[in-house]
Amino acid sequence: MELAAAQELNSRIPPAPDFALKCPVPVEAPPAHGLSHLEALESESIHILREVAAECRTPALLFSGGKDSIVLLRLAEKAFRPGKFPFPLLHIDTGHNFPEVIAFRDHRAQQLGERLVVRSVEDSIREGKVVLSSPTQSRNAFQSVTLLDAIAEFGFDACIGGARRDEEKARAKERIFSFRDEFGQWDPKNQRPELWDLYNTRVRPGENIRVFPISNWTELDVWQYIAREGLEIPSIYYAHRREVIRRNGQLVPLTDLTPPRAGERVETASVRFRTVGDLTCTCPVESTAATVPDIIAETAATRITERGATRMDDQTSEASMELRKKEGYF
Amino acid sequence: MCAPERIEFSHGELLRFITAGSVDDGKSTLIGRLLHDSKSIFEDQLTAVERSSRRRGLPALDLSLLTDGLQAEREQGITIDVAYRYFATPRRKFIIADTPGHEQYTRNMVTGASTANLAIILVDARRGVLTQSRRHAYLASLVGIPHLVVAVNKMDLVGYSQEVFDRIRAEFGAFAQGLDLRNVIYVPISALHGDMVVERGDNLPWYPGSPLLEILETIEIDHDINLDDFRFPVQWVCRPGTPEHHDFRGYMGRIESGSIRAGDQVTVLPSGRSTRVAEIATHDGPLGEAFAPQSVTLLLQDHIDISRGDMIVKGGDSPRFAREFAAMVCWLSEQPLDPRRKYLVKHTTRTVKAILSQPGFRVDINTLARDTGAQTLGMNDIGELRVRVPQPLVVDRYADNRATGSFIVIDETSNNTVAAGMIL
Ligand SMILES: Nc1nc2c(ncn2[C@@H]2O[C@H](COP(=O)(O)OP(=O)(O)O)[C@@H](O)[C@H]2O)c(=O)[nH]1
Repeated sequence: MELAAAQELNSRIPPAPDFALKCPVPVEAPPAHGLSHLEALESESIHILREVAAECRTPALLFSGGKDSIVLLRLAEKAFRPGKFPFPLLHIDTGHNFPEVIAFRDHRAQQLGERLVVRSVEDSIREGKVVLSSPTQSRNAFQSVTLLDAIAEFGFDACIGGARRDEEKARAKERIFSFRDEFGQWDPKNQRPELWDLYNTRVRPGENIRVFPISNWTELDVWQYIAREGLEIPSIYYAHRREVIRRNGQLVPLTDLTPPRAGERVETASVRFRTVGDLTCTCPVESTAATVPDIIAETAATRITERGATRMDDQTSEASMELRKKEGYF
Repeated sequence: MCAPERIEFSHGELLRFITAGSVDDGKSTLIGRLLHDSKSIFEDQLTAVERSSRRRGLPALDLSLLTDGLQAEREQGITIDVAYRYFATPRRKFIIADTPGHEQYTRNMVTGASTANLAIILVDARRGVLTQSRRHAYLASLVGIPHLVVAVNKMDLVGYSQEVFDRIRAEFGAFAQGLDLRNVIYVPISALHGDMVVERGDNLPWYPGSPLLEILETIEIDHDINLDDFRFPVQWVCRPGTPEHHDFRGYMGRIESGSIRAGDQVTVLPSGRSTRVAEIATHDGPLGEAFAPQSVTLLLQDHIDISRGDMIVKGGDSPRFAREFAAMVCWLSEQPLDPRRKYLVKHTTRTVKAILSQPGFRVDINTLARDTGAQTLGMNDIGELRVRVPQPLVVDRYADNRATGSFIVIDETSNNTVAAGMIL
């Protein structure tokens, strides 16, 4: 079924003509010594995690309870067990999270027996470091402020995150070890060349690197890995019935923070989340996927990018992710 | 919170490639076509491209806009070095290192090429083999890319002529003979119309080979890694010290080349002490055999003092110990090479101080002539020099082993990566 799903993705490519005999390239049976693409990606990510641990003084791993950071945690187990993780888990809590995700976050950290540090945007608001224009405004962009404070508080010189290059075009150009200045800013024009698997991890005090071990993974790879590893995920990733409002081609979940506007109708639909960010700007998609293989089948067949389908804040401007990264965002 | 069942996937390998071409040879169109025809482009991305195409007054969908850049690039009319793009077919997953064709070409291509299995060099059928095509082929050979595909593009503009294709192939072939290129394949295409990219099309019936995508899907890549010499740079030593793992001492790292079995005799360098592999551990249980590029944990029979930066090799293998070695370097920084300065060299998992000599020669990458009078190397220069380090490094020739023959140079003051080196 899952293989069929992956094949479905490509069934629209016409079959290659039978040219094997005249083909200048030798076609051979799969080698005994080759890694599958998931195994190759996994090995690369483990190598990256071990490099951060060995070369950075005080790293932290950003764990939100979302699928990408769930994969990161499994990779960290593969990289360091039977030892403990050589870094704490850090969550920047917007205070606008889905309760299922927060419950999962705590459950998973406890299950692993690893230290979880939570710093919240609520506190930054109380301290006057973040000023919102309205209480229901998306807090995604303000995570940067709280993150930079946490970095300063603990002296983190590296933050390991679960961003992927297939997510967005600013990410596509970002390094695996992405250098940030003392204001946490990313300068896309001034990135360190990254060659072979020789990562330059050097920073001065106050500077910081963001490390993205699953840079080369796609959304489909992440789901396939979740299936392969049998990883637990928060329930809202699976199809469930939820009250939603149709707005601008997206499904807005009905919450206290996202009430219907005048003239809008609330309906109940079978939906699942593809990402689980700030709940004021994260939309579910219609789905009947009750299992991970179902999700893989839907992911393989989907025609909309993860961010296009689910993020209210990225659509407004083609460049919004790039701008946020320059300001210190993950 | 439900944990699904563990599910195994049988999947093809990962192929990393880079595309090289001069401006307007059709690189963006080709990448756009590969992504589009392999259905790797999503509707919202297409809509964005349609919007930009319309805004720019273009009549049709311009696939090259799919790889269009960041706001910073649009505003300043520059292109940031390397962008990575992904697509998959049932046979393989592909990572494209997309490097822009202009000014910083050498630096960008070397960066993108360092991890690539294959390079596609685009040649405009109307213009034939240009200086740039030679430069691209030279860089591909310098960085040791195992496979080269010469895609003769815009065949539609030369009437899909076999003669034109054959002439370009002969010309390129004559030049490539002088380079150390293992495998060169030629394919005529029209990136714009799609001929011989994903499908054969009807316009090139005389071409006996496979379409470009099929070449990418089937080219044999498992011998791209050195399978003979076992090299295991130690990344991290795991000593949990917990009651249940009291005596556990695991050496963690990635097998950079070769393979290893439990029971094999190994030598730890630089100490030169020998022992046997007691177990190849992973989080998923022990392995009987492991091979490059797997990340594993080695448990050894005897207690030997081993730390990060040490290299574990198999019994008889003998890499070189070197306090001084010659290398080809590609200079990546605006600050030119300064032989009076101290640099850092990162080689496998070891970073040491280093002194770089004046270049023995600088390569003119347009003529491949060696300029022995060069005093220094500036950004985008390639040259030969000698590296001196205080403690010996365990090195191989880059030609024998990409992983243990490569290094980067870091400027100790700016912390920037200023050069890429390949050991001779
Ligand atoms: N006729 C024809 N035009 C092409 C072909 N491939 C690309 N072009 C055109 O050549 C121009 C440059 O292509 P582009 O992909 O932007 O080149 P790049 O600078 O190498 O990325 C564009 O106008 C393309 O439409 C082809 O196969 N045939």
